Amino acid sequence: MSGQPMIELTNVNKWYGDFHVLTDINLKVAKGERIVICGPSGSGKSTMIRCINRLEEHQAGTIIVDGIELANDVKKIEAIRRDVGMVFQHFNLFPHLTVLENLTLAPIWVRKTPKAEAEATAMKYLERVRIPDQANKYPGQLSGGQQQRVAIARALCMNPKVMLFDEPTSALDPEMVAEVLDVMVTLAQESGVTMLCVTHEMGFARSVANRVIFMDRGQIVEENTPEEFFHNPQNERTKLFLSQILQH
Amino acid sequence: MSAVTAGSPKSMFDSGVLGWLRNRVFSSVPNAIISMLIVWLAVMTVPAAFDWLVTSSVVHADGTRECRAIDNGACWALIVEKHRLILFGLYPYDEQWRPLIVVGLFLALIGISCSRRFWNLSLIPIWIVGIVAIATMMWGGVLGMTFVPNERWGGLPLTLILSVFGMAFAFPLAILLALGRRSKLPVVKAICVTYIELIRGVPLISLLFMASVMFPLFLPDGMNIDKLLRAQIAIIMFAAAYQAEVIRGGLQSLPKGQYEAADALGLGYWQKTGFIILPQALRIVIPPMVNSLIAMFKDTSLVVIIGLYDLMNAAKASFVDPAWRGASMEAYVFVASIYFVFCFFMSKYSQSLEAGFARAEKR
Ligand SMILES: Nc1ncnc2c1ncn2[C@@H]1O[C@H](COP(=O)(O)OP(=O)(O)O)[C@@H](O)[C@H]1O
Ligand SMILES: [Mg+2]
Repeated sequence: MSGQPMIELTNVNKWYGDFHVLTDINLKVAKGERIVICGPSGSGKSTMIRCINRLEEHQAGTIIVDGIELANDVKKIEAIRRDVGMVFQHFNLFPHLTVLENLTLAPIWVRKTPKAEAEATAMKYLERVRIPDQANKYPGQLSGGQQQRVAIARALCMNPKVMLFDEPTSALDPEMVAEVLDVMVTLAQESGVTMLCVTHEMGFARSVANRVIFMDRGQIVEENTPEEFFHNPQNERTKLFLSQILQH
Repeated sequence: MSAVTAGSPKSMFDSGVLGWLRNRVFSSVPNAIISMLIVWLAVMTVPAAFDWLVTSSVVHADGTRECRAIDNGACWALIVEKHRLILFGLYPYDEQWRPLIVVGLFLALIGISCSRRFWNLSLIPIWIVGIVAIATMMWGGVLGMTFVPNERWGGLPLTLILSVFGMAFAFPLAILLALGRRSKLPVVKAICVTYIELIRGVPLISLLFMASVMFPLFLPDGMNIDKLLRAQIAIIMFAAAYQAEVIRGGLQSLPKGQYEAADALGLGYWQKTGFIILPQALRIVIPPMVNSLIAMFKDTSLVVIIGLYDLMNAAKASFVDPAWRGASMEAYVFVASIYFVFCFFMSKYSQSLEAGFARAEKR
């Protein structure tokens, strides 16, 4: 881990009213690093990664992404968002646009890429996620797994430095989880993009993560290599959590 | 094949007219009672109405009295005699081909605007050309046409001017108001909320009255804004407030994820609004939107109170003539049918729009 970190959270705190949702979060993510974040529901995982692209605002501490500190500056926020792709639990594709339009909208209007070039890039990524034949359909005509792969391709079309995944497979029917995870594994192995992924897919964590982070009650309780994390958890809460999710 | 379609008595009872009657009309006792009531009402009213409208109506006569002497149905002779007064108001008789062309121009503008092929920036120049052409035809004073002051405009063109321009200008204003009401900027938000609530708290009729009577009091001596323009502005302001609330409903009903996905891609506020939020929000609000447009189209008839000769007022003028006294029903039925044609078209159009969107995206 040399050079400047891609993402650096220092003493980040956030409250919803009286509720302390993030407590003194410190996290450094190096360029190209792949991190899996897990923890019980409501522990603040989504909130933490959503602070990184300012979908949520933190109230204390600093967040620096690719050398830019997040503050109330629209231009800086938009600059960071251009370079940080996000994949949501519920896909959030734009239902009134075709798959191809979903993929080219931001490159054309945000990156000012010429339309033909944006479409070529879009087709390239659709091939990567293995659905080039769906380019002219509307999201409503695709299965959940296909929609999520489109959502991944949409984020990739912006050529991001960081990809954030917020439980990308937990809204999918079981038989579609594998096709999405496959795409994510390939992405991790081939692209070198920095990845932060909230997921409980432990197989995925084992095969691609450099580090696993465990959160509970708004705190990072434990962080370790996947090997150590699964076989030799230190914290009681981690042990309890692992025993619960590994049961089924 | 023929043996199958001829069928047994049972299958004849399940399909065809009998089956339809049994399944849809008499499926239960309450349904049967309601159906019978409706049939009874129809029997009581439809023949009588048909008789009045058609069988016993009189088309050729010189006045109400002669009509009534010939038969006791509708006196359509009034419409034959006065249709140009009703359709074009007090517009000079020999120049009435001009408002007729204006009606055609309106229909063309509406037709173009309704076609999805033109839903882009090309609508702006089209509307500018349309407005200039309509103004030129109505006012004249150029190209060898005599000048007609707008005090003499009336009838259908006036109703169309007030309502179509009312809708066309209110719509963009309404979008800005709806967005402003949800803005994070406190001043913008406060202005929009105040505007919407103030206008919505006042009936259109009093707004028109204020525009006509009170407004001039505030203006410096000698300065005068035309009565028609004042009514037009009042209608635009009124319609914008209502449509803004309808649009706001659409903005609120969009899932939060749509806003977040647009944000996460780095789209700016206007890009997000223009490409993601508005296209979806407006689609959601097509039915209530058309509802409010229909209401507004009919509400323009309130300009009667400030003395403009719109379709409704021109119809009234048609039976003021002593020879035609008493034929008010005929005049009202005639304008009602014109209003109905327009409103029916709007309603059908909104249905086809909804169906079209649904077909494209789901299938
Ligand atoms: N907008 C909000 N307002 C109030 N509380 C919230 C809001 N969003 C999330 N929370 C609360 O913050 C906590 C953390 O939420 P979240 O980050 O979504 O957890 P996780 O993703 O780990 O399940 C939860 O207890 C949740 O109820
Ligand atoms: Mg979550």
